[in-house]
Amino acid sequence: MAKPAVVVDHVSILFNLNSEKIDNIKEYFIKLITRKLHYTEFWALKDVSFTVNKGERIGILGFNGAGKSTLLKTVAGVLKPTKGSVTVSGVIAPLLELGAGFDMNYSGKENIFLYGATMGYSRKYIESKYDEIVEFSELGDFINVPLKNYSSGMRARLGFAIATAVEPDVLILDEVLSVGDAKFRKKSEDKVRSMFDKGVTVLFVSHSTDQVRRLCNKAIILKKGEIIASGEVNEVCAKYDEIVNKK
Amino acid sequence: MKESVANAKKIPLKNYFKNAYKYRYLVQEIVRKNIKLQYRDSFLGMFWTFLQPLFTMIVLVLIFSRVFGKSDSGVVCYPVYVLCGRLIYECFSQSTKRAMRSIRNSASVIKKVYVPKYVYPLSNVIANFVTFLISLTVLFVVFAFFYIFQRDMHPDLVLSWKFLLIVVPIALLFLLSIGCGMILSVLNVFFKDIEYIYEVFCMLLFYITPVFYSIDSLNLGSNAWFAYVLKANPLYWIVDLLRSCVLVEGFAWNWTGFFYTLGFSVVSIIIGVYFFFKKQDKFILHI
Repeated sequence: MAKPAVVVDHVSILFNLNSEKIDNIKEYFIKLITRKLHYTEFWALKDVSFTVNKGERIGILGFNGAGKSTLLKTVAGVLKPTKGSVTVSGVIAPLLELGAGFDMNYSGKENIFLYGATMGYSRKYIESKYDEIVEFSELGDFINVPLKNYSSGMRARLGFAIATAVEPDVLILDEVLSVGDAKFRKKSEDKVRSMFDKGVTVLFVSHSTDQVRRLCNKAIILKKGEIIASGEVNEVCAKYDEIVNKK
Repeated sequence: MKESVANAKKIPLKNYFKNAYKYRYLVQEIVRKNIKLQYRDSFLGMFWTFLQPLFTMIVLVLIFSRVFGKSDSGVVCYPVYVLCGRLIYECFSQSTKRAMRSIRNSASVIKKVYVPKYVYPLSNVIANFVTFLISLTVLFVVFAFFYIFQRDMHPDLVLSWKFLLIVVPIALLFLLSIGCGMILSVLNVFFKDIEYIYEVFCMLLFYITPVFYSIDSLNLGSNAWFAYVLKANPLYWIVDLLRSCVLVEGFAWNWTGFFYTLGFSVVSIIIGVYFFFKKQDKFILHI
Protein backbone atom coordinates (compact mmCIF):
# COMPACT_ATOMS: atom_id res chain seq x y z
CA MET A 1 0.00 0.00 0.00
CA ALA A 2 1.44 3.34 -1.06
CA LYS A 3 1.90 6.15 1.38
CA PRO A 4 -1.15 8.44 1.55
CA ALA A 5 -0.67 11.77 -0.20
CA VAL A 6 -2.31 13.95 2.41
CA VAL A 7 -2.92 13.09 6.04
CA VAL A 8 -4.90 15.58 8.09
CA ASP A 9 -4.66 14.43 11.67
CA HIS A 10 -6.99 15.92 14.31
CA VAL A 11 -6.47 19.45 13.06
CA SER A 12 -7.99 22.35 14.93
CA ILE A 13 -7.47 25.99 14.16
CA LEU A 14 -8.13 28.82 16.54
CA PHE A 15 -8.53 32.42 15.53
CA ASN A 16 -8.56 35.25 18.00
CA LEU A 17 -11.13 37.65 16.76
CA ASN A 18 -10.76 40.98 18.39
CA SER A 19 -13.86 43.06 18.29
CA GLU A 20 -11.84 46.08 17.21
CA LYS A 21 -8.72 45.75 15.18
CA ILE A 22 -5.72 47.09 17.06
CA ASP A 23 -2.86 47.93 14.82
CA ASN A 24 -1.12 50.83 16.40
CA ILE A 25 1.14 50.97 19.41
CA LYS A 26 -0.75 53.66 21.29
CA GLU A 27 -4.03 51.77 21.24
CA TYR A 28 -2.28 48.52 22.08
CA PHE A 29 -0.67 49.91 25.21
CA ILE A 30 -3.78 51.72 26.35
CA LYS A 31 -5.75 48.52 26.02
CA LEU A 32 -2.99 46.45 27.59
CA ILE A 33 -2.78 48.70 30.62
CA THR A 34 -6.51 49.07 31.02
CA ARG A 35 -6.83 45.30 30.45
CA LYS A 36 -9.31 45.73 27.68
CA LEU A 37 -7.39 43.46 25.37
CA HIS A 38 -9.87 40.68 25.03
CA TYR A 39 -10.33 38.38 22.18
CA THR A 40 -13.21 36.22 21.14
CA GLU A 41 -12.07 32.69 20.50
CA PHE A 42 -13.20 31.21 17.25
CA TRP A 43 -12.43 27.67 16.20
CA ALA A 44 -12.38 27.73 12.40
CA LEU A 45 -11.65 23.99 12.30
CA LYS A 46 -12.54 21.55 15.04
CA ASP A 47 -10.74 18.23 15.19
CA VAL A 48 -10.76 17.57 11.46
CA SER A 49 -9.20 14.30 10.34
CA PHE A 50 -9.08 12.66 6.96
CA THR A 51 -6.67 10.86 4.70
CA VAL A 52 -6.32 11.25 0.96
CA ASN A 53 -4.54 8.43 -0.82
CA LYS A 54 -2.39 9.01 -3.84
CA GLY A 55 -4.49 9.51 -6.95
CA GLU A 56 -7.69 10.20 -5.08
CA ARG A 57 -9.71 13.30 -5.83
CA ILE A 58 -11.53 14.67 -2.89
CA GLY A 59 -14.22 17.33 -3.13
CA ILE A 60 -14.78 19.63 -0.18
CA LEU A 61 -18.30 20.96 0.16
CA GLY A 62 -19.78 23.39 2.60
CA PHE A 63 -21.46 26.74 2.97
CA ASN A 64 -19.65 30.06 3.19
CA GLY A 65 -17.66 30.24 6.39
CA ALA A 66 -17.67 26.49 6.96
CA GLY A 67 -13.87 26.43 7.00
CA LYS A 68 -13.17 25.13 3.51
CA SER A 69 -10.57 27.73 2.61
CA THR A 70 -9.02 27.50 6.06
CA LEU A 71 -8.66 23.77 5.57
CA LEU A 72 -7.00 24.20 2.18
CA LYS A 73 -4.68 26.88 3.54
CA THR A 74 -3.66 24.49 6.29
CA VAL A 75 -2.93 21.73 3.80
CA ALA A 76 -0.98 24.20 1.65
CA GLY A 77 1.13 25.10 4.69
CA VAL A 78 0.08 28.74 4.83
CA LEU A 79 -1.71 28.36 8.15
CA LYS A 80 -0.22 26.39 10.99
CA PRO A 81 -2.66 24.21 12.88
CA THR A 82 -3.25 25.14 16.50
CA LYS A 83 -3.62 21.45 17.32
CA GLY A 84 -2.90 18.34 15.30
CA SER A 85 -0.79 17.96 12.19
CA VAL A 86 -0.90 17.90 8.41
CA THR A 87 1.45 15.68 6.43
CA VAL A 88 1.78 16.07 2.68
CA SER A 89 3.90 13.75 0.54
CA GLY A 90 5.24 15.18 -2.67
CA VAL A 91 5.16 18.50 -4.43
CA ILE A 92 2.11 20.55 -3.74
CA ALA A 93 0.75 23.18 -6.13
CA PRO A 94 -1.61 25.52 -4.39
CA LEU A 95 -4.12 27.14 -6.65
CA LEU A 96 -5.89 28.84 -3.80
CA GLU A 97 -6.40 31.96 -5.76
CA LEU A 98 -4.88 32.25 -9.16
CA GLY A 99 -2.18 34.78 -9.64
CA ALA A 100 -1.29 35.25 -5.98
CA GLY A 101 2.41 35.40 -6.81
CA PHE A 102 2.11 37.83 -9.69
CA ASP A 103 3.57 41.28 -9.92
CA MET A 104 1.42 43.72 -11.86
CA ASN A 105 4.31 45.74 -13.30
CA TYR A 106 6.03 42.65 -14.59
CA SER A 107 5.29 41.22 -18.03
CA GLY A 108 3.57 37.88 -18.44
CA LYS A 109 6.83 36.21 -19.36
CA GLU A 110 8.68 37.51 -16.31
CA ASN A 111 5.75 36.56 -14.11
CA ILE A 112 5.97 32.95 -15.26
CA PHE A 113 9.43 32.69 -13.72
CA LEU A 114 8.44 34.62 -10.61
CA TYR A 115 5.38 32.46 -9.99
CA GLY A 116 7.39 29.32 -10.65
CA ALA A 117 9.98 30.39 -8.11
CA THR A 118 7.22 31.15 -5.60
CA MET A 119 6.29 27.50 -5.88
CA GLY A 120 9.93 26.54 -5.45
CA TYR A 121 10.93 25.73 -9.02
CA SER A 122 14.19 26.71 -10.67
CA ARG A 123 14.44 29.04 -13.63
CA LYS A 124 15.84 26.22 -15.72
CA TYR A 125 12.90 23.95 -14.97
CA ILE A 126 10.36 26.66 -15.77
CA GLU A 127 12.23 27.41 -19.02
CA SER A 128 11.66 23.83 -20.09
CA LYS A 129 7.92 24.28 -19.44
CA TYR A 130 7.75 27.79 -20.86
CA ASP A 131 6.36 26.99 -24.31
CA GLU A 132 3.73 24.70 -22.86
CA ILE A 133 2.59 27.41 -20.43
CA VAL A 134 2.35 30.10 -23.10
CA GLU A 135 0.50 27.79 -25.43
CA PHE A 136 -2.01 26.66 -22.83
CA SER A 137 -2.68 30.17 -21.59
CA GLU A 138 -3.48 31.29 -25.18
CA LEU A 139 -1.89 34.65 -24.48
CA GLY A 140 0.18 34.82 -27.67
CA ASP A 141 1.85 38.21 -28.09
CA PHE A 142 0.36 39.48 -24.83
CA ILE A 143 3.00 37.50 -22.98
CA ASN A 144 5.38 40.48 -23.17
CA VAL A 145 2.82 43.00 -21.94
CA PRO A 146 2.82 44.07 -18.26
CA LEU A 147 0.26 42.21 -16.24
CA LYS A 148 -1.55 45.37 -15.19
CA ASN A 149 -2.92 45.57 -18.73
CA TYR A 150 -4.34 42.04 -18.64
CA SER A 151 -7.99 41.24 -18.16
CA SER A 152 -8.84 39.15 -15.11
CA GLY A 153 -9.55 36.17 -17.37
CA MET A 154 -6.11 36.46 -18.94
CA ARG A 155 -4.47 36.54 -15.54
CA ALA A 156 -6.41 33.51 -14.40
CA ARG A 157 -5.47 31.64 -17.56
CA LEU A 158 -1.79 32.36 -17.05
CA GLY A 159 -1.92 31.32 -13.40
CA PHE A 160 -3.72 28.10 -14.18
CA ALA A 161 -1.32 27.30 -17.01
CA ILE A 162 1.72 27.69 -14.75
CA ALA A 163 0.32 25.76 -11.78
CA THR A 164 -0.69 22.78 -13.88
CA ALA A 165 2.38 22.75 -16.12
CA VAL A 166 4.74 22.00 -13.24
CA GLU A 167 3.17 18.56 -12.75
CA PRO A 168 2.57 18.67 -9.02
CA ASP A 169 1.77 15.58 -6.95
CA VAL A 170 -0.99 17.33 -5.05
CA LEU A 171 -3.17 19.97 -6.64
CA ILE A 172 -5.28 22.27 -4.51
CA LEU A 173 -8.15 23.91 -6.37
CA ASP A 174 -10.19 26.52 -4.56
CA GLU A 175 -13.09 27.45 -6.81
CA VAL A 176 -10.60 28.23 -9.53
CA LEU A 177 -12.39 26.29 -12.19
CA SER A 178 -15.16 28.86 -12.16
CA VAL A 179 -13.02 31.58 -13.71
CA GLY A 180 -12.58 32.46 -17.35
CA ASP A 181 -15.01 31.94 -20.17
CA ALA A 182 -16.86 28.71 -20.83
CA LYS A 183 -14.30 27.60 -23.38
CA PHE A 184 -11.39 28.00 -21.03
CA ARG A 185 -13.34 26.43 -18.19
CA LYS A 186 -13.83 23.33 -20.26
CA LYS A 187 -10.22 23.33 -21.32
CA SER A 188 -9.00 23.61 -17.74
CA GLU A 189 -11.33 20.85 -16.57
CA ASP A 190 -9.94 18.65 -19.32
CA LYS A 191 -6.43 19.55 -18.24
CA VAL A 192 -7.15 18.62 -14.63
CA ARG A 193 -8.74 15.37 -15.78
CA SER A 194 -5.70 14.55 -17.91
CA MET A 195 -3.60 15.01 -14.78
CA PHE A 196 -5.70 12.33 -13.06
CA ASP A 197 -4.21 9.77 -15.40
CA LYS A 198 -0.76 10.71 -14.17
CA GLY A 199 -1.90 9.95 -10.64
CA VAL A 200 -2.28 13.46 -9.30
CA THR A 201 -4.06 13.91 -5.98
CA VAL A 202 -6.64 16.67 -5.95
CA LEU A 203 -8.29 18.65 -3.20
CA PHE A 204 -11.14 20.54 -4.77
CA VAL A 205 -13.43 23.14 -3.24
CA SER A 206 -16.60 24.03 -5.05
CA HIS A 207 -20.18 25.02 -4.46
CA SER A 208 -21.35 23.08 -7.46
CA THR A 209 -22.10 19.44 -6.71
CA ASP A 210 -22.21 18.79 -10.45
CA GLN A 211 -18.61 19.86 -10.79
CA VAL A 212 -17.59 17.82 -7.76
CA ARG A 213 -19.34 14.74 -9.18
CA ARG A 214 -17.57 15.24 -12.49
CA LEU A 215 -14.08 15.62 -11.06
CA CYS A 216 -13.91 13.83 -7.74
CA ASN A 217 -14.32 10.30 -6.48
CA LYS A 218 -14.61 11.17 -2.80
CA ALA A 219 -16.09 14.08 -0.93
CA ILE A 220 -16.47 15.58 2.52
CA ILE A 221 -18.92 18.13 3.89
CA LEU A 222 -17.75 20.73 6.35
CA LYS A 223 -20.13 22.53 8.65
CA LYS A 224 -18.91 25.14 11.12
CA GLY A 225 -15.43 23.67 11.12
CA GLU A 226 -16.45 20.03 11.54
CA ILE A 227 -16.74 17.19 9.10
CA ILE A 228 -20.36 16.11 9.07
CA ALA A 229 -20.13 13.65 6.21
CA SER A 230 -17.46 11.93 4.21
CA GLY A 231 -17.26 9.08 1.78
CA GLU A 232 -18.02 8.20 -1.82
CA VAL A 233 -18.74 11.22 -4.00
CA ASN A 234 -22.32 10.52 -5.12
CA GLU A 235 -23.49 9.67 -1.63
CA VAL A 236 -22.01 12.79 -0.09
CA CYS A 237 -23.18 15.03 -2.91
CA ALA A 238 -26.72 13.70 -2.55
CA LYS A 239 -26.57 14.49 1.13
CA TYR A 240 -25.27 17.98 0.42
CA ASP A 241 -28.06 18.64 -2.08
CA GLU A 242 -30.51 17.47 0.55
CA ILE A 243 -29.13 19.95 3.11
CA VAL A 244 -29.24 22.73 0.54
CA ASN A 245 -32.85 21.99 -0.40
CA LYS A 246 -33.96 21.83 3.20
CA LYS A 247 -32.97 25.44 3.81
CA MET B 1 9.76 11.72 -2.38
CA LYS B 2 9.60 15.01 -0.57
CA GLU B 3 7.45 15.30 2.44
CA SER B 4 6.26 18.38 4.21
CA VAL B 5 4.85 18.31 7.68
CA ALA B 6 3.06 21.14 9.36
CA ASN B 7 2.03 20.68 12.91
CA ALA B 8 1.55 22.52 16.12
CA LYS B 9 4.97 21.42 17.35
CA LYS B 10 8.34 22.80 16.31
CA ILE B 11 9.77 21.92 12.94
CA PRO B 12 13.31 20.52 13.19
CA LEU B 13 16.05 22.91 12.19
CA LYS B 14 17.28 20.56 9.48
CA ASN B 15 14.06 21.05 7.55
CA TYR B 16 14.54 24.81 7.64
CA PHE B 17 17.85 24.52 5.86
CA LYS B 18 16.45 22.09 3.32
CA ASN B 19 13.64 24.51 2.66
CA ALA B 20 15.96 27.48 2.44
CA TYR B 21 17.96 25.71 -0.23
CA LYS B 22 14.83 24.95 -2.23
CA TYR B 23 13.69 28.56 -2.15
CA ARG B 24 16.98 30.08 -3.28
CA TYR B 25 15.38 30.48 -6.70
CA LEU B 26 12.70 32.68 -5.18
CA VAL B 27 15.35 34.90 -3.60
CA GLN B 28 17.02 35.15 -7.01
CA GLU B 29 13.78 35.99 -8.77
CA ILE B 30 12.74 38.66 -6.26
CA VAL B 31 16.17 40.26 -6.38
CA ARG B 32 15.97 40.25 -10.18
CA LYS B 33 12.47 41.68 -10.07
CA ASN B 34 13.31 44.50 -7.68
CA ILE B 35 16.31 45.57 -9.70
CA LYS B 36 14.47 45.35 -13.02
CA LEU B 37 11.42 47.23 -11.81
CA GLN B 38 13.24 49.92 -9.89
CA TYR B 39 14.13 52.02 -12.89
CA ARG B 40 11.72 50.58 -15.44
CA ASP B 41 9.89 53.29 -17.39
CA SER B 42 12.42 55.94 -16.40
CA PHE B 43 14.25 57.50 -19.32
CA LEU B 44 17.79 57.06 -18.02
CA GLY B 45 17.06 53.73 -16.34
CA MET B 46 20.02 52.12 -14.61
CA PHE B 47 22.08 55.32 -14.95
CA TRP B 48 20.18 56.71 -12.00
CA THR B 49 22.00 54.33 -9.68
CA PHE B 50 25.12 56.45 -10.12
CA LEU B 51 23.60 59.75 -11.13
CA GLN B 52 21.59 60.00 -7.92
CA PRO B 53 24.50 59.69 -5.48
CA LEU B 54 26.59 61.94 -7.72
CA PHE B 55 23.98 64.70 -7.70
CA THR B 56 23.30 64.47 -3.97
CA MET B 57 27.05 64.61 -3.39
CA ILE B 58 27.28 67.81 -5.45
CA VAL B 59 24.38 69.33 -3.50
CA LEU B 60 25.93 68.43 -0.13
CA VAL B 61 29.36 69.69 -1.16
CA LEU B 62 27.95 72.99 -2.44
CA ILE B 63 25.91 73.55 0.69
CA PHE B 64 28.38 72.49 3.33
CA SER B 65 31.63 73.73 1.87
CA ARG B 66 30.39 76.91 0.21
CA VAL B 67 27.18 78.08 1.87
CA PHE B 68 27.78 77.08 5.49
CA GLY B 69 31.55 76.86 5.12
CA LYS B 70 34.13 75.22 7.37
CA SER B 71 32.73 71.68 7.19
CA ASP B 72 35.54 70.63 4.89
CA SER B 73 38.39 71.75 7.14
CA GLY B 74 40.80 68.97 7.99
CA VAL B 75 39.35 66.64 5.39
CA VAL B 76 41.58 65.30 2.64
CA CYS B 77 39.16 65.52 -0.25
CA TYR B 78 35.73 66.76 0.78
CA PRO B 79 33.68 65.48 -2.21
CA VAL B 80 35.01 61.94 -1.78
CA TYR B 81 34.54 62.24 1.98
CA VAL B 82 30.89 63.24 1.56
CA LEU B 83 30.28 60.58 -1.06
CA CYS B 84 31.54 57.79 1.25
CA GLY B 85 29.14 58.87 3.96
CA ARG B 86 26.17 59.39 1.72
CA LEU B 87 26.59 56.02 -0.07
CA ILE B 88 26.68 54.10 3.20
CA TYR B 89 23.83 56.02 4.80
CA GLU B 90 21.60 55.76 1.74
CA CYS B 91 22.24 52.05 1.33
CA PHE B 92 21.41 51.33 4.96
CA SER B 93 18.28 53.46 5.09
CA GLN B 94 16.95 52.21 1.74
CA SER B 95 17.55 48.52 2.41
CA THR B 96 16.07 48.61 5.90
CA LYS B 97 13.06 50.59 4.70
CA ARG B 98 12.43 48.15 1.91
CA ALA B 99 12.91 45.15 4.17
CA MET B 100 10.52 46.71 6.66
CA ARG B 101 7.72 46.98 4.10
CA SER B 102 8.51 43.68 2.39
CA ILE B 103 6.23 41.41 4.44
CA ARG B 104 3.24 43.69 4.15
CA ASN B 105 3.84 44.26 0.45
CA SER B 106 3.86 40.51 -0.17
CA ALA B 107 0.72 39.89 1.86
CA SER B 108 -1.18 38.59 -1.16
CA VAL B 109 1.39 35.85 -1.71
CA ILE B 110 1.98 34.97 1.93
CA LYS B 111 -1.74 34.55 2.52
CA LYS B 112 -2.15 32.08 -0.29
CA VAL B 113 0.99 30.14 -1.02
CA TYR B 114 3.47 28.64 1.40
CA VAL B 115 6.78 30.46 1.15
CA PRO B 116 9.44 30.85 3.83
CA LYS B 117 8.76 34.38 4.92
CA TYR B 118 12.34 35.47 5.55
CA VAL B 119 12.77 35.34 1.78
CA TYR B 120 11.15 38.76 1.54
CA PRO B 121 13.28 40.91 3.86
CA LEU B 122 16.38 39.02 2.76
CA SER B 123 15.84 39.46 -0.97
CA ASN B 124 14.93 43.12 -0.57
CA VAL B 125 18.18 43.80 1.24
CA ILE B 126 20.14 41.84 -1.37
CA ALA B 127 18.46 43.68 -4.25
CA ASN B 128 19.28 46.98 -2.65
CA PHE B 129 22.86 45.86 -2.18
CA VAL B 130 23.24 45.01 -5.84
CA THR B 131 22.26 48.54 -6.83
CA PHE B 132 24.52 49.84 -4.06
CA LEU B 133 27.48 47.92 -5.50
CA ILE B 134 26.76 49.38 -8.91
CA SER B 135 26.55 52.84 -7.41
CA LEU B 136 30.02 52.34 -5.89
CA THR B 137 31.43 52.97 -9.37
CA VAL B 138 30.62 56.62 -8.81
CA LEU B 139 33.01 56.56 -5.85
CA PHE B 140 35.77 55.22 -8.07
CA VAL B 141 34.98 57.77 -10.77
CA VAL B 142 34.96 60.74 -8.40
CA PHE B 143 38.12 59.49 -6.70
CA ALA B 144 39.85 59.06 -10.05
CA PHE B 145 38.71 62.51 -11.15
CA PHE B 146 40.33 64.19 -8.15
CA TYR B 147 43.37 61.92 -8.25
CA ILE B 148 44.11 62.63 -11.90
CA PHE B 149 42.91 66.18 -12.54
CA GLN B 150 42.96 67.89 -9.13
CA ARG B 151 46.14 66.40 -7.72
CA ASP B 152 47.69 69.76 -6.93
CA MET B 153 44.65 70.81 -4.85
CA HIS B 154 44.52 67.54 -2.91
CA PRO B 155 48.14 66.47 -2.44
CA ASP B 156 47.23 64.04 0.34
CA LEU B 157 45.08 61.90 -1.89
CA VAL B 158 46.81 58.56 -2.34
CA LEU B 159 45.86 55.44 -4.17
CA SER B 160 47.03 52.27 -2.47
CA TRP B 161 46.20 48.59 -2.09
CA LYS B 162 44.05 49.60 0.88
CA PHE B 163 41.31 50.57 -1.52
CA LEU B 164 40.54 46.86 -1.79
CA LEU B 165 39.72 46.73 1.92
CA ILE B 166 36.43 48.52 1.27
CA VAL B 167 34.87 45.07 1.10
CA VAL B 168 35.14 44.93 4.91
CA PRO B 169 32.90 47.92 5.71
CA ILE B 170 30.57 46.81 2.92
CA ALA B 171 30.26 43.34 4.45
CA LEU B 172 29.56 44.88 7.86
CA LEU B 173 26.92 47.11 6.30
CA PHE B 174 25.30 44.07 4.73
CA LEU B 175 25.09 42.18 8.02
CA LEU B 176 23.76 45.21 9.84
CA SER B 177 21.11 45.87 7.17
CA ILE B 178 19.88 42.28 7.29
CA GLY B 179 19.65 42.26 11.07
CA CYS B 180 17.88 45.61 11.33
CA GLY B 181 15.73 44.84 8.29
CA MET B 182 14.44 41.62 9.83
CA ILE B 183 13.62 43.26 13.15
CA LEU B 184 11.81 46.11 11.39
CA SER B 185 9.87 43.78 9.11
CA VAL B 186 8.49 41.89 12.12
CA LEU B 187 7.62 45.08 13.97
CA ASN B 188 5.90 46.49 10.90
CA VAL B 189 3.60 43.49 10.65
CA PHE B 190 2.26 44.09 14.13
CA PHE B 191 2.48 47.87 14.28
CA LYS B 192 2.25 49.83 11.10
CA ASP B 193 3.26 52.97 13.01
CA ILE B 194 6.86 51.82 12.76
CA GLU B 195 6.90 52.97 9.15
CA TYR B 196 6.32 56.58 10.15
CA ILE B 197 8.54 56.48 13.21
CA TYR B 198 11.36 54.96 11.20
CA GLU B 199 11.08 57.71 8.60
CA VAL B 200 11.86 60.28 11.30
CA PHE B 201 14.52 58.03 12.79
CA CYS B 202 16.28 57.87 9.43
CA MET B 203 16.41 61.65 9.30
CA LEU B 204 18.00 61.64 12.74
CA LEU B 205 20.39 58.95 11.58
CA PHE B 206 21.46 61.11 8.65
CA TYR B 207 22.50 63.90 11.00
CA ILE B 208 24.18 61.77 13.65
CA THR B 209 26.14 59.85 11.02
CA PRO B 210 29.00 62.12 10.00
CA VAL B 211 28.07 62.31 6.34
CA PHE B 212 28.99 65.94 5.74
CA TYR B 213 31.03 66.74 8.88
CA SER B 214 33.68 65.02 10.92
CA ILE B 215 33.36 64.36 14.63
CA ASP B 216 36.84 65.79 15.27
CA SER B 217 35.87 69.15 13.78
CA LEU B 218 32.78 69.46 15.96
CA ASN B 219 33.04 72.09 18.65
CA LEU B 220 31.27 70.25 21.41
CA GLY B 221 32.75 72.14 24.36
CA SER B 222 31.01 71.10 27.55
CA ASN B 223 28.91 68.58 25.63
CA ALA B 224 31.80 66.21 25.10
CA TRP B 225 29.57 63.27 26.05
CA PHE B 226 27.77 63.83 22.79
CA ALA B 227 30.77 62.41 20.94
CA TYR B 228 30.08 59.08 22.69
CA VAL B 229 26.51 59.14 21.50
CA LEU B 230 27.72 59.68 17.96
CA LYS B 231 30.24 56.89 18.29
CA ALA B 232 27.64 54.44 19.57
CA ASN B 233 26.14 54.52 16.10
CA PRO B 234 27.48 51.54 14.12
CA LEU B 235 27.02 53.44 10.86
CA TYR B 236 29.59 55.95 12.10
CA TRP B 237 32.19 53.20 12.26
CA ILE B 238 31.24 51.74 8.91
CA VAL B 239 31.61 55.15 7.29
CA ASP B 240 34.84 55.68 9.21
CA LEU B 241 36.27 52.35 8.03
CA LEU B 242 35.32 53.08 4.44
CA ARG B 243 36.97 56.49 4.62
CA SER B 244 40.13 55.10 6.15
CA CYS B 245 40.35 52.69 3.20
CA VAL B 246 39.81 55.39 0.61
CA LEU B 247 41.22 58.59 2.04
CA VAL B 248 43.79 57.91 4.72
CA GLU B 249 47.40 57.13 3.97
CA GLY B 250 48.87 54.14 5.75
CA PHE B 251 47.00 51.53 7.71
CA ALA B 252 44.90 53.53 10.17
CA TRP B 253 42.29 50.91 10.84
CA ASN B 254 40.20 51.47 13.95
CA TRP B 255 40.02 47.99 15.46
CA THR B 256 37.76 49.00 18.33
CA GLY B 257 35.29 50.41 15.84
CA PHE B 258 35.57 47.33 13.69
CA PHE B 259 34.84 44.89 16.50
CA TYR B 260 32.12 47.09 17.95
CA THR B 261 30.33 47.22 14.59
CA LEU B 262 30.84 43.53 13.94
CA GLY B 263 29.41 42.71 17.35
CA PHE B 264 26.51 45.09 16.86
CA SER B 265 25.67 43.56 13.46
CA VAL B 266 25.87 39.98 14.69
CA VAL B 267 23.68 40.77 17.69
CA SER B 268 21.14 42.51 15.45
CA ILE B 269 21.03 39.44 13.21
CA ILE B 270 20.58 37.10 16.17
CA ILE B 271 17.76 39.23 17.57
CA GLY B 272 16.24 39.63 14.12
CA VAL B 273 16.31 35.93 13.28
CA TYR B 274 15.06 34.87 16.70
CA PHE B 275 12.27 37.41 16.66
CA PHE B 276 11.34 36.57 13.07
CA PHE B 277 11.11 32.81 13.53
CA LYS B 278 9.25 33.21 16.79
CA LYS B 279 6.60 35.45 15.28
CA GLN B 280 6.38 34.35 11.66
CA ASP B 281 3.43 32.01 12.11
CA LYS B 282 1.39 34.93 13.40
CA PHE B 283 2.13 37.15 10.38
CA ILE B 284 -0.77 35.81 8.41
CA LEU B 285 -3.26 36.89 11.07
CA HIS B 286 -2.09 40.48 10.92
CA ILE B 287 -1.40 41.31 7.29
